[in-house]
Amino acid sequence: MFKTAKENLPALFRLIAENQELYLPVNTAGQVNFAAWTEDAEVALDVLKTVKSPKDAFFPQSENLYKCTKDGKSISIEPEALKDQNFVVFGMKACDLRGVEVLDRVFLSDPVDTFYKARRDHGTIVAMACHEPSESCFCKAFGVDCAEPAGDVSVWLTEDSLYWNPVTEKGQALTDAVSSLLENTDDCAVEAEKASIRNIVDKLPYSGLSLEGWNGDVLMEKFDSPLWEELYKPCLACGTCTFVCPTCQCYDIKDYDTGHGVQRYRCWDSCMYSDFTMMAHGNNRTSQMQRFRQRFMHKLVYFPANNDGMYSCVGCGRCVDKCPSSLNIVKVIKSFQKQEGEKA
Amino acid sequence: MQELINRIKELLADKTVERVLGWKAGDLSYNPEPAYFKTEDELENFVYDGFCGANLSKYMIEAAKLEGKTLVCLKPCDTYSFNQLIKEHRVDREKTYIIGVGCKGKLDIEKIKAQGIRGITSVSGAEIDGDAETLEFETVYGKKSCSYNDVMLERCYVCKGKEHVVYDEIIGESKDTSEGADRFSEVSRIENMSPEEKFAFFQKELSKCIRCNACRNVCPACSCRKCVFDSNKFDSAQKANTDSFEEKMFHIIRAFHVAGRCTDCGECSRVCPQGIPLHLFNRKFIKDINEFYGEYQAGEDTESRAPLTNFTFDDCEPGIVGERG
Repeated sequence: MFKTAKENLPALFRLIAENQELYLPVNTAGQVNFAAWTEDAEVALDVLKTVKSPKDAFFPQSENLYKCTKDGKSISIEPEALKDQNFVVFGMKACDLRGVEVLDRVFLSDPVDTFYKARRDHGTIVAMACHEPSESCFCKAFGVDCAEPAGDVSVWLTEDSLYWNPVTEKGQALTDAVSSLLENTDDCAVEAEKASIRNIVDKLPYSGLSLEGWNGDVLMEKFDSPLWEELYKPCLACGTCTFVCPTCQCYDIKDYDTGHGVQRYRCWDSCMYSDFTMMAHGNNRTSQMQRFRQRFMHKLVYFPANNDGMYSCVGCGRCVDKCPSSLNIVKVIKSFQKQEGEKA
Repeated sequence: MQELINRIKELLADKTVERVLGWKAGDLSYNPEPAYFKTEDELENFVYDGFCGANLSKYMIEAAKLEGKTLVCLKPCDTYSFNQLIKEHRVDREKTYIIGVGCKGKLDIEKIKAQGIRGITSVSGAEIDGDAETLEFETVYGKKSCSYNDVMLERCYVCKGKEHVVYDEIIGESKDTSEGADRFSEVSRIENMSPEEKFAFFQKELSKCIRCNACRNVCPACSCRKCVFDSNKFDSAQKANTDSFEEKMFHIIRAFHVAGRCTDCGECSRVCPQGIPLHLFNRKFIKDINEFYGEYQAGEDTESRAPLTNFTFDDCEPGIVGERG
């Protein structure tokens, strides 16, 4: 275990950024999101949740795949270069880390997504414990421990110090690179911080959330439930929940007419949108109820059915914070349990 | 609130209305959701408090297609949106029973959190019946409090007043929370910026856009059955933030499209997950319309012709834009 004084953080960021790109929570026009560090960046490590999750670091909202250019009768195709430079993502939380594990299942399984893999290979994750979890957090329900964030390096930010613990080889390499700013310390302060975080987590209103009745084996029973008809009604069909989510992984691929060629790009899709998974024959989800149902069935039933029981919700609570109509996955989970309880 | 619930029960019982569109208590102390109620039992979860900021007018487009009358609870500012929807033939007044509900300003949970109030387990002072000037919070980090007036939605500081412009009956007292504020002061501040400063301001704000389309989907003036941006004939997806030009175009096109119809209900800014002050675009148009064609408030009535759709020989010449700079 190492530590450094809080006032050394700007020097630490500068040192990391000397050799590679550094992404961390930055306040831009009042909102905190992961962004590249610069000398002028207003770093906001004390903010619990960035608006968007840090999944952009590995799976950006929009990215070019290749460019076709037409010149007379010849057509050239230029694939977008893969990420080949190392970078550091500093300040991801334990829930966001689990989010990356979910994305790994999707993008690193066969056929491997080369764009994603290149970023995963070159990225080092410095994961930070949640100093003050909030009422919209429910990571505990998904077995995530926000006091022990893992990653390549785990860090704990207290009132006056940053505690630093390398976890993987990549983490050790980063530790060596910044060792001039670190000093050895014992585990006492970190153990006290962990105990304090876990104590708070136990008091949070959603910490008792049960996932009873939700797993990969309840597909038809849940799919056919009349409850969806009621639950979806206030949904505005906007994409907020899907775009702030650390695990939503659906994307669309489109061609942009550049006037003398085509730029093929992919961008996040949202199951809330009317053209979600639209194919030549039309759309297989024709109502908002079906699209709303898709989101929760995917996270709580389809994904675990295909991934050894792993849910693709991590309990970060961003959708709880941001839904314009105050709908969210917790309300969905509870509504089904309430109805099933009444039936029983 | 009990008076409101009792009256709703009566109207359901005597079959005046088939269903009720109001708000259902959330699972946290500040997240009620828009909801339909059909029975007395369901009304157990009915709530109306300081956190019921959502404007229910737009839901009536769909609700009015259902069989029988729908009772909808509208706050004074929401009724402007409803009137505008009547004017645009998007809702059926005959199939709507409007209870104008009292309002003393609605709360912005983001502003509460920005005051450092986190881990909220309960709130008092947000009830509609009380006159509390302070909100008291129980949190996992101890007791916290803040002034009600400091944490209202932006629109409440420029409140349109306590009058409902359309209703069948009114239940509860309303309060004008604007305290005489000039709703165009922020627009004037931006007008006075140099072109470079203006560009920098809007670029900084709009580059935060994640194309979630919440502003469009919540907007009562955005009631096209299919939005042009949702067309799959577009090269650029409505969900891609590929090109900053697209982002900027989207919001400006939308502001043009709702110009003269936007009632300034403020829902766009309330729902933006990135805190973009989208209402400023609409308010700029409203200010210009007022200056060019005389004072006009969309949604104030259902009959008058709007300045932008009504030609008169007294209309200002388009060249005025050039003259004004």
